[in-house]
Amino acid sequence: MNWTFFHKLGSPKWFYDISGKWLPWLQVSSLVLISVALVWGLAFTPPDYLQGNSYRIIFIHVPASFLAQSVYMMMATAAAVTLIWKIKLADMALKVMAPIGASFCILSLATGAIWGQPTWGTWWVWDARLTSMLILLFLYIGIIALRGAIHTIEAAAKACAILSLVGVVNIPIIKFSVDWWNTLHQGATLTLTEKPSMAPEMLWPLLLAILGFYLFFTMVMVLRLRIEIISRERKTRWVKELVS
Amino acid sequence: MAGEGEMSNVDQQSMRGFSACLALIRRDLILTFRSPGQAINPMAFFLMVATLFPLGIAPDREVLSELAAGVIWIGALLAVLLSLDSLFKSDQDDGALDQLLMSPHPLPLLVLAKVFSHWLTSGFCLTLMAPLLAIMLHLPSDAFSALMITLLLGTPVLSLAGAIGSALTVRVQRGGLLLTLLSLPLYIPVLIFATGAVNAAMQNMPYTGHILWLSVFLVLGVCLAPLAIAGALRVINE
Amino acid sequence: MLNVVQLSCERDDRLLFSNLSFQLGSGEILQIEGRNGAGKTSLLRIIAGFSPSRSGDIFWNDQPLSAVYADFRLNCFFLGHKPGLKLDLTPLENLVWRARLANTIISREALLCALDRVQLAGYEDIPCSHLSAGQLRRVAFAGLIASRARLWILDEPFTAIDIEGVSWLESLFDEHTHHGGMVLVTSHQPLNNCQGKLRKLNVESFAEERIADGRGGGDVEC
Repeated sequence: MNWTFFHKLGSPKWFYDISGKWLPWLQVSSLVLISVALVWGLAFTPPDYLQGNSYRIIFIHVPASFLAQSVYMMMATAAAVTLIWKIKLADMALKVMAPIGASFCILSLATGAIWGQPTWGTWWVWDARLTSMLILLFLYIGIIALRGAIHTIEAAAKACAILSLVGVVNIPIIKFSVDWWNTLHQGATLTLTEKPSMAPEMLWPLLLAILGFYLFFTMVMVLRLRIEIISRERKTRWVKELVS
Repeated sequence: MAGEGEMSNVDQQSMRGFSACLALIRRDLILTFRSPGQAINPMAFFLMVATLFPLGIAPDREVLSELAAGVIWIGALLAVLLSLDSLFKSDQDDGALDQLLMSPHPLPLLVLAKVFSHWLTSGFCLTLMAPLLAIMLHLPSDAFSALMITLLLGTPVLSLAGAIGSALTVRVQRGGLLLTLLSLPLYIPVLIFATGAVNAAMQNMPYTGHILWLSVFLVLGVCLAPLAIAGALRVINE
Repeated sequence: MLNVVQLSCERDDRLLFSNLSFQLGSGEILQIEGRNGAGKTSLLRIIAGFSPSRSGDIFWNDQPLSAVYADFRLNCFFLGHKPGLKLDLTPLENLVWRARLANTIISREALLCALDRVQLAGYEDIPCSHLSAGQLRRVAFAGLIASRARLWILDEPFTAIDIEGVSWLESLFDEHTHHGGMVLVTSHQPLNNCQGKLRKLNVESFAEERIADGRGGGDVEC
């Protein structure tokens, strides 16, 4: 086994083998958790005294927003690993995470807009959180577009890593300025996620849903990562043996 | 550092990093004077934006003075973006970028010099033009000084942050749109605080806080952006 | 002295060469050969420090290149496919900024003298956009003469150069190596007049060796 690919890659083969064992567990647990949380949240929790039933969208909106933000942090971590240790697996993770993060961003924006219609009477409000989320979506799209525009794999990997790190330095600045801008232009508004104290019967299904979404994200990421590994390592012996 | 010790042994001359930066700035300024289109086009664009807004919205004094700060700043922001496309691409096209990367001087320093000369020919010129636009858009005279200060502090940040995108897209054919996509999220904080300052000045409110935040962004940009730009250039030029 | 040990280079999943080793000492010329796409330019760009290699080490004066980049760049002149000149500037202005970037300060007389040696006397104040491709190359060579670099890395320097220019450039190599310099050059053209200082290295042979080895050939081919 002196085929030198292994030394450099942080062993995609090892990851491919071991993730194959995780996959069924991830699939089952995320499915179970999300369905339990949604059925509990949509059918068995009492309606909100202020917002009625429309608040129930938080069981999707909040986990999606959480993920949209934390996926970017994970991407920045993967970017740092790519640049410092030059592990190809980290770059593959960076690549496959970007579209997932962008999808959660879109989901969060869409559910926010749907919630806004009955609550504020309009589909879109320049609320600080929604605006920050929109800018986060631009950051995701930028990374995806940059990856598509550079044809060399190695250059694209490092360019996207640099861009992710630049983005992660900027996220707090952007968040801060948007919050500041929002307080300047608008009075206090009803926010979707910030509640003085959430009743435990609402909190528990929400926590379950968040956990379920994280597991779902891990599952999707592992699936995509396995495909990426196979396609990028297609010329190595183990993939050829695997396929044949 | 090992490199420095080596240098004094091998070559008795000192590193003339500052002189290299000056030579680079001088070169880029001469190039701009010889083919001034690169500098004039963004300024013409800036003027056009200011002309289109009254035509598209309304020539009312009240409406325009309300919008003036935003229009001038968005115009400046887009004009800077327009000029950033060729910042490193022209060097990449004629091979001068290789010479930049082969220089023994620290690349972030050289890159900072390049961004500075870019700012002199774009952001600085736009700042000088801004009073004209402010008059066209009926910006209250109380806000003039705020507009000028924010432009002086803000446009270098636009050049610095945009140069990261410019370096990342240096090999991309027709990368102008991609450059816009990469740079705009970085521009948002500057836009918010700059227009905030001008609007505060219009209402006779203090705007020192805004100015201080813009200065923070400028300091952050000067410290961090050259590192990112240099890293991006090395990576892309592999 | 430049010492390259077991270098291998991969571009987009394609292994261009592997186990490529050579030494380049004072007063030597190494000509890199190989068909188009064999990896000549990639090799030069790895040595110049632009691109990373897949594996292998490069030593400059017995120290790892990554540790002594500043010193290496101070002593290295790189000329790629593009001459690296600004077309709106005059040859003289171009030489000045390039010299400053390379940390050398040279008098106007010395630069004029260098331009004279590349037969461009009288062109010093004409914008480079008025010069032909061969003349642009010559301007870059004037920079080569003016530089104090010991190691010259030249990628296809003979492109667009006339026959007289080729023999002139060869004599320049001869002179440089005579003073202890080193030249690393890719060219399809056979070089002569070099009195035994010239060695040749074919990049292709490091691609075929690997396949003959039977170790990785099957893995890399499509």
